[in-house]
Amino acid sequence: MSSSFGLRTITPHTPRTRRGVELLLLAFALAIVLLAYADVGLAVDNTLPPDLLTLGIGFGVVALALHLLVRWQAAYADPILLPVATLLNGLGLVMIHRLDLEQGHHLGQGSAVRQLLWTGVSVFVAGVLLVVVRDHRRLGQYTFTFALAGLVLLLLPLTPILGRNINGSRIWIGLGPLSFQPSELSKICVIIFFSGYLVQKRDALSLVGRRFLGLPLPRARDLGPIIIAWLASLAVLVFESDLGTSLLFFGLFVALLYVATERRSWIVIGLGLFLAGCYAAYLLFAHFQVRVDLWINPFDPHLSDQLGLGLMGMGSGGMLGTGLGEGHPGLTYFANSDFIIPSFGEELGLVGLIAIIVLFAIVVERGLRAGIAARDGFGKLLATGLGFSMALQVFVVVGGVTRVIPLTGLTTPFMSAGGSSLIANWIIIVLLLRISDQARRPTVDELGATAVGSADTQAVRTR
Amino acid sequence: MNAPIRRLGLVVAAMFCALLIATTTIQFFQAKALNDRPGNRRTLLSSYARQRGSILVGGNAVALSKPSDDEYKWLRTYPQGTTYAAATGYYSFLYGSSAVESRYGSLLSGTSDQLFYRRFTDIVTGQQPQGANVDLTIDAKVQKAAKSALGSKVGAVVALDPKTGAILAMVTSPTYDPNQLSGHDLTAVQKNWAALIGNTSQPLLNRATSGLYPPGSTFKLIVSAAALSSGKYTPQTSVPGPASLRLPQTTTSLPNDFSGTCGPGGRTTLIHALAISCNTAFASVGLSLGQDAVAAQARRFGFGQQLNIPMTVAASRFPTGLDPAQLAQSSIGQFDVQSTPLQMAMVSAGIANGGRVMTPYLVKDVRDDNLDVISSTDPKLLSTAVSSQVASELKTMMLSVVDSGTGTKAQIPGVQVAGKTGTAQHGEGQPAHAWFTAFAPANDPKIAVAVLVENGGKYGTEAGGGSVAAPIAQKVIEAGIGR
Repeated sequence: MSSSFGLRTITPHTPRTRRGVELLLLAFALAIVLLAYADVGLAVDNTLPPDLLTLGIGFGVVALALHLLVRWQAAYADPILLPVATLLNGLGLVMIHRLDLEQGHHLGQGSAVRQLLWTGVSVFVAGVLLVVVRDHRRLGQYTFTFALAGLVLLLLPLTPILGRNINGSRIWIGLGPLSFQPSELSKICVIIFFSGYLVQKRDALSLVGRRFLGLPLPRARDLGPIIIAWLASLAVLVFESDLGTSLLFFGLFVALLYVATERRSWIVIGLGLFLAGCYAAYLLFAHFQVRVDLWINPFDPHLSDQLGLGLMGMGSGGMLGTGLGEGHPGLTYFANSDFIIPSFGEELGLVGLIAIIVLFAIVVERGLRAGIAARDGFGKLLATGLGFSMALQVFVVVGGVTRVIPLTGLTTPFMSAGGSSLIANWIIIVLLLRISDQARRPTVDELGATAVGSADTQAVRTR
Repeated sequence: MNAPIRRLGLVVAAMFCALLIATTTIQFFQAKALNDRPGNRRTLLSSYARQRGSILVGGNAVALSKPSDDEYKWLRTYPQGTTYAAATGYYSFLYGSSAVESRYGSLLSGTSDQLFYRRFTDIVTGQQPQGANVDLTIDAKVQKAAKSALGSKVGAVVALDPKTGAILAMVTSPTYDPNQLSGHDLTAVQKNWAALIGNTSQPLLNRATSGLYPPGSTFKLIVSAAALSSGKYTPQTSVPGPASLRLPQTTTSLPNDFSGTCGPGGRTTLIHALAISCNTAFASVGLSLGQDAVAAQARRFGFGQQLNIPMTVAASRFPTGLDPAQLAQSSIGQFDVQSTPLQMAMVSAGIANGGRVMTPYLVKDVRDDNLDVISSTDPKLLSTAVSSQVASELKTMMLSVVDSGTGTKAQIPGVQVAGKTGTAQHGEGQPAHAWFTAFAPANDPKIAVAVLVENGGKYGTEAGGGSVAAPIAQKVIEAGIGR
């Protein structure tokens, strides 16, 4: 709050926008990505890529445009999110391009150009969303619309005409040559729904019913929603054979339930239900038994050697990695999607992989921080949900390839080749930018103080 | 709601910590084990990315890596592929490696811990790390003589320096060209490999070290050694030498390879029995020595011992639990007695070296890219087979084989050659294997040789070690003593 004594000039306190920091970090992110791109060219073709300048300018213009849009539309937004997302997206592009080269594709024929296109689309969607959604609280008014949208998107792959079964999981829809994983977008819809729903019901849900083993349990009638979420996630597990998405949705729901009600019993119940579901699935479906066997013994000659190949790739990277373009990440299947993390581990080494994991941790941390700073319950839950979804997803996908948990198919945010994931993650970033902007933006009163304080009259405003 | 969000933050921190621990475990603690896993193509590819050391014979590379323009960066080349294949082995992207290429793989590729200091200086000086060079004991002249003397016959030739055990020549036939497997045209390599594997004459088999054959009459050297060592015999001792010997407790009889007795009245001396390769004499000497004495003598020459030269050598075998008939047959190197050509060369080398059998070895030393020696092999005594007295008596007996016995075709004018022929039956109606083992010069042995020709070369059933194998040994010895 501003105050002044005597004749001293008033220096009113207004939060700094930190947009300059964002621009600087963005320039860093861009420089790292272009350096990596040049490095790949030098390593593979012994020359600088001829399109380095054009791509650099193009990438720079897009990033700058987004930065300016944030400056205009969400001036107080978190300055870290945009540069980190840019860096992760850019590094992913470089790795996908590098893997194209290993297969003999040059820029323009491989997956990289498609990913570049998707990046453009994603950034455009993100920009539009930033303009359209001026206040995240408006999303909370459409709670059940989002619930329906989320459910439809989630179940769309099960429909006979659109649904496609790729690599043993029915989580894709296809339209002509395009295939899309709607669960990525569904995830965001569901987070919005959870946040809206829980913020309305949190009082009822936090009421204590009976105690069991010293644990205060919720009332039986309030168990409905968690049972429904549990059943839905089991349905995804069973009908779409997608353990990753199932874990993601249920984990999110339990986490948000806990944050909304502050009752630890929900976590115990949720974890118990999830483990029971997993165990039942393990007993019932050969698909999961194979996953678990592979997790315990990745080099079993009777099982897929994909996980083992990824591990050997990471092993060959060692501490410092082979250097971009110097390793053989292409020896692992799905090296540019599910296994892009081992690809980075191989070429950038332990050091590079830790840097990437920490970048993800930063995004999550900024998300949770936005949740803490948010002034409204819906915003708190939404930011927490978005941040935690990123954490869960990174944990499931990186943990899967590093044998922390059994391998399940989830995309690595910003990095894996694939448009749906890229769009969804950029939407997450935009929503976090919006919430953090709302959280840090001075209130009308403070703005008033600024206006007055900066006026020539030097009038002192007292409250 | 802030407190639970903060607590959720702790959960997130724990999750990310788990990931960091897992990646560190894999990329730091398990990296070496993962890289060493068999079938790890990345390890293979990265070994192709570095210049592999050469395998040298007399200072010339017989296996070297040449720069190539494809993804493998270096092409393994064998300038005289077929001549040295048995020693160098192959180095193939698809099929791994063999022989010295395999046994000295980590030194050649430069990843061995022995090279740690040099690797470290390479990193500091920014030099491209390079594998070590492996220097073989092979004498190019002897090797080439052995190769051309054996020609297209199926068999093997091994030559040793009797004083050290250094392998001077190692030839196996038929053989292969390792260039056919080291090429980067993988489809061609696959085709070549299939052809080699499908070939019934087994060109990938090193007959010198892995081929086990009945040694036939060359085994009489070991029975002679046992007899002389027993103290009951001298070369002049009279022994029975009938035209055929009735095998104890059977109705069959064991004949000589020639018709008639070995001497007047069915008796002969031990030295004459060896010179003319009298089967009945050695069968009865073996019977009177007993199987334990013969087996112990065979073991002292190296039978039953697993050697690595560095390639693993099949252990030669003298059977146990023999009845008298089997012992009689075993005493002339038949029945279940089995020997590698290398083992028979070691027998000659041991006699040449005063009874002391040296451990055979193929790698003289390992040098870095400046040709500084990293490690070298010191000659090692394997065992003392016989006393120097007995060795000298055996030498006299072997000289008589070449002077006036079955081995005259190994004679070299002006050089005393001591040898023993062998013609080993192996199955009814099959042509016999032809053997010859020898050393020279008798007064100061420089080379010990064993020659094996499967099925007696093209001479068919009447093959004898003397007519087929001895002339080959003669050529090899000539090359070895510089004639």
